[in-house]
Amino acid sequence: MNGVHDMGGMDGFGKVEPEANEPTFHERWEGRVMAMVRAMGANGGVNIDSQRFARESLPPEVYLASSYYQKWFLAIENQLVEHKMVGADEVEAGHSLHTSPPLLRGPFTLDDVKRCATRGSFAREPQSPAAFKPGDKVRARNINPVTHTRLPRYVRGHVGTVERINGCHVFPDSNAHGKGDHPQWLYTVVFDAHELWGDDADPTLKVSIDAFEPYLERL
Amino acid sequence: MAHDHDHHHHHDHDHSELSETQLRVRALETILTEKGYVDPKALDAIVEMYETKIGPRNGAAVVAKAWTDPAFKQALLADATKAINALGHFARTGDHLIAVENTPQRHNMVVCTLCSCYPWEMLGLPPVWYKAAPYRSRAVKDPRGVLADFGVTLAKDTEIRVWDSTAETRFLVLPMRPAGTEGWSEDKLAELVTRDSMIGTGLPKAPAELKR
Repeated sequence: MNGVHDMGGMDGFGKVEPEANEPTFHERWEGRVMAMVRAMGANGGVNIDSQRFARESLPPEVYLASSYYQKWFLAIENQLVEHKMVGADEVEAGHSLHTSPPLLRGPFTLDDVKRCATRGSFAREPQSPAAFKPGDKVRARNINPVTHTRLPRYVRGHVGTVERINGCHVFPDSNAHGKGDHPQWLYTVVFDAHELWGDDADPTLKVSIDAFEPYLERL
Repeated sequence: MAHDHDHHHHHDHDHSELSETQLRVRALETILTEKGYVDPKALDAIVEMYETKIGPRNGAAVVAKAWTDPAFKQALLADATKAINALGHFARTGDHLIAVENTPQRHNMVVCTLCSCYPWEMLGLPPVWYKAAPYRSRAVKDPRGVLADFGVTLAKDTEIRVWDSTAETRFLVLPMRPAGTEGWSEDKLAELVTRDSMIGTGLPKAPAELKR
């Protein structure tokens, strides 16, 4: 979706402000949100792509005004209600009021924590040979789905070069919407800044994205 | 929206006045616990893991090793996940980690313009600025401007390569080893490796900075 989350190349957000000796969490609730999202993700209540879509789907004014973990919280609460794992009446009451469907991999317990420390693999068996190879010129397609995609707006319609093949991976555009892994080849595609930003671009700059095969067309 | 949250100041909160966000988060945890979805002790353990175990020291150890062991560096650049897991130093690193090497000709910088993708196992949880609009919007268009915000200036003719983490690949910058560190141990070298130098928004410390 063409949301405010797709920020690459936007102006006006001001300076980057690093915080010296930044703590892991600024408030206790942030850690609880992070842990709940990790736990529900690890045991199959939500997936990484559906959670990203839920965050992107927050109203733009909410997205921009909320802190990072506020977005995480609002997104997981919305999604659990949407998936009928938590009722709106339960959110209101602050307690469980009825039975809910079990998690795919059961309750998240202490035994699951270690597994949670390592990202799962997103590699999948290829369904067909890779269409592109390093050195190929490709154009990022001009697609504008209202659903989840990982092709940022700032590269759409622009020409780049395939630099590396990263294997065949879960396709977020499908997985975010409960439509399965639909594995796709994943490429690092590099663009000259001039191609992206025109004559004012930094002449020393190259930018790459990791693009799934359906995002690309051969020149 | 609750307005209790402030990125840049860490203040003591009066716990008798819980913010709306705190109350809602607590309520959701209660609901998930009552439903048997999560054990709160397991949530405690996740928080503790990121507060105490998983952080930029992991990445720094990898960088220091690459600085002293050419065979490891070669393996790291070929397949970072495989090379790091073969060390057995820390918890397994997830798949699809890519190490990118800074050279006198080329400086690498990592961003996630769409959300906040970051190599957690190597660097811990990302800092607020990495996840915020100013960095995500500008890194792909004006990286020298961003570097200036960090007090970093590169030579005018240095190529800058920005890696936008748009998929489940993750990137770790391998910064250049500072001059004047000949013969240093891996442990001592690791002290020079800052988190930002592994994102590409900073450079490693100089030996003189360590003594201070």
